[in-house]
Amino acid sequence: MGAIKKTVAGISGFFRQDKFAVTGVLIYLFFLLIAILAPWLAPYNPHEMIREGSQFMFNRPPDGQFILGTTNMGRDIFSQLVYGARPALTVGFSAAFFVMVAGTLVGLIAGYYRGKVDQLLMRITDIAFGIPFTPFVIVLVGFLGPSIWNIVMAMALLLWRDTARVIRSQVLTVRERGFIEAARVSGASDLRIIFIYIAPNILPLSFLYGSLAIGWAILTEAAVSFLGFGDPQVISWGYMLNDAYVSQALSRGAFYWFIPPGICVMLAVMAGFYIGRGSEEILHPRLKNN
Amino acid sequence: MILTMWVIATILFFIFRLMPGNPLVAYIDPTFTEEQQQILLKQFGLDQPLWYQYFVFLKNLGQGELGDSFFFRDSVVNVIGKVLPNTIYLMLLSLLLAYTIGIMSGIYLAWKRGERIETVGIVLTLFTRAAPQFWVGMILLAVFSFRFGLFPSGGASAAGTVYASEWEKLLSPSFYHHLFLPALTLAIYLLGLPLLLMRSNMLDVMKEAYVDMASMRGLSKLRVMLKYAARNACLPVVTAMAVGIGYAMGGNVVIETVFSWPGLGRLLVKAVSTSDYPLAQGAFILIAGVMVIMNFVADLLYSILDPRVTLENRR
Repeated sequence: MGAIKKTVAGISGFFRQDKFAVTGVLIYLFFLLIAILAPWLAPYNPHEMIREGSQFMFNRPPDGQFILGTTNMGRDIFSQLVYGARPALTVGFSAAFFVMVAGTLVGLIAGYYRGKVDQLLMRITDIAFGIPFTPFVIVLVGFLGPSIWNIVMAMALLLWRDTARVIRSQVLTVRERGFIEAARVSGASDLRIIFIYIAPNILPLSFLYGSLAIGWAILTEAAVSFLGFGDPQVISWGYMLNDAYVSQALSRGAFYWFIPPGICVMLAVMAGFYIGRGSEEILHPRLKNN
Repeated sequence: MILTMWVIATILFFIFRLMPGNPLVAYIDPTFTEEQQQILLKQFGLDQPLWYQYFVFLKNLGQGELGDSFFFRDSVVNVIGKVLPNTIYLMLLSLLLAYTIGIMSGIYLAWKRGERIETVGIVLTLFTRAAPQFWVGMILLAVFSFRFGLFPSGGASAAGTVYASEWEKLLSPSFYHHLFLPALTLAIYLLGLPLLLMRSNMLDVMKEAYVDMASMRGLSKLRVMLKYAARNACLPVVTAMAVGIGYAMGGNVVIETVFSWPGLGRLLVKAVSTSDYPLAQGAFILIAGVMVIMNFVADLLYSILDPRVTLENRR
């Protein structure tokens, strides 16, 4: 219980101190709200080919009826944009969850046990750093089949590497502190020391890397969908961009079609950066002074 | 380094071999008889046990032999060799753009520390890092190529152009005309790293005694900044460039596709979407190889350029 309280206090303290981090969290909350309220916010079904009488509404520029116009198949772009928040957050949060759990565990174990275990785990991390991220996701998704969960899995298989490295180096310093020594002397088991005494001290850091991972995951899903390896059942922002690209929206100058989804992806990634930048000042107070 | 490559190659081998379905699906015509299929399987060595295939694969890889592409019906080495130069030109030009502009803007932002322009600069840089590269490419295409007709909309040469040699291509203005937009897009993406790194290094270096000393000697601020501070702040940026090359190889995949640039990244996408296993495998190994080598070069440079740092200390 004490550990949980301490973590919560640490995290909320850091948000109170930092405008950047708050902005980032607000952006994520905003998208979350849109994803939940999508059926009420979207005026049309995003898959529906809208027609009036016998007339299909192909390639309509924005007006009162269609806020962002329609696609070449007569689908409402604004509704697609609203529904696109759902796969974005699903991908972002689930990838971030795996990244946080795997990266934190690897970092904790490597940093705590040091020696051979550490060497082995860090060697594996080095290998993960040698694998090119986007190509790896494309190859895996291309051959496993285009589904949103394959994309999440492919990303999770690599993205833990940054978290693991950072957590490990943090654990290396935390484990030398007095209270860890005290716990060890009083006979606490390794597992108890790792999870009850060390983990709460590095949790804010793993939340930080988790939030960065949300942004990267959304960006990567967009790239993979853009390349045509996305889930064909799901209308994501990347799918919209792919759709616009292959339907010659560029040559028709249909900016209202391909600008908004890009901005949404960019905002999601920026939110991760903001949380990261904000917390950097708390983790390294030295930076604040210069 | 070799260990890393070996592990990556092994992972790749098993990803491709354990995939559902026969790897020859793309190659085999539905009209082939059962017998013909068996002959093909034998030709590609796919009737052998997995461990045997694995050793053959490793041996061939060691000799730089990557098999034949199903789609192009040519050796993977040849197919990759044809497009690799294009990827290298694209990378070189964008790295040059990104690092020149990035280093100079980094110095400038460090100079303007605490002023409004610094905040604006940093926010802009964050935008370039957060924007999807292919989306930036799409906007540039829509504006400069389709709206104003200033640049071609894709490819590496005008339709029907055949260059007699690599040299002729490099000397033709049309090639650079095609190269510019993709290189700019990649440069915008790569710009953030040198810029932010240069800025924070400048801020660190400017606190050193020798910089104070130089300004106390009455040298102008410009001279102190460029001659004393920037020189030392540059070192880590040079190291980062090695890592940047690795990033650029990965980033190429999307950018080459947007601009239909006939390079390695686009080849990989094509290979995956046509289930061309040997080609996808070869392209991926090459990209991974560049990344691994560049990470290693970065570590080396780090200790050579700054003798205070040894490889041991960094861990």
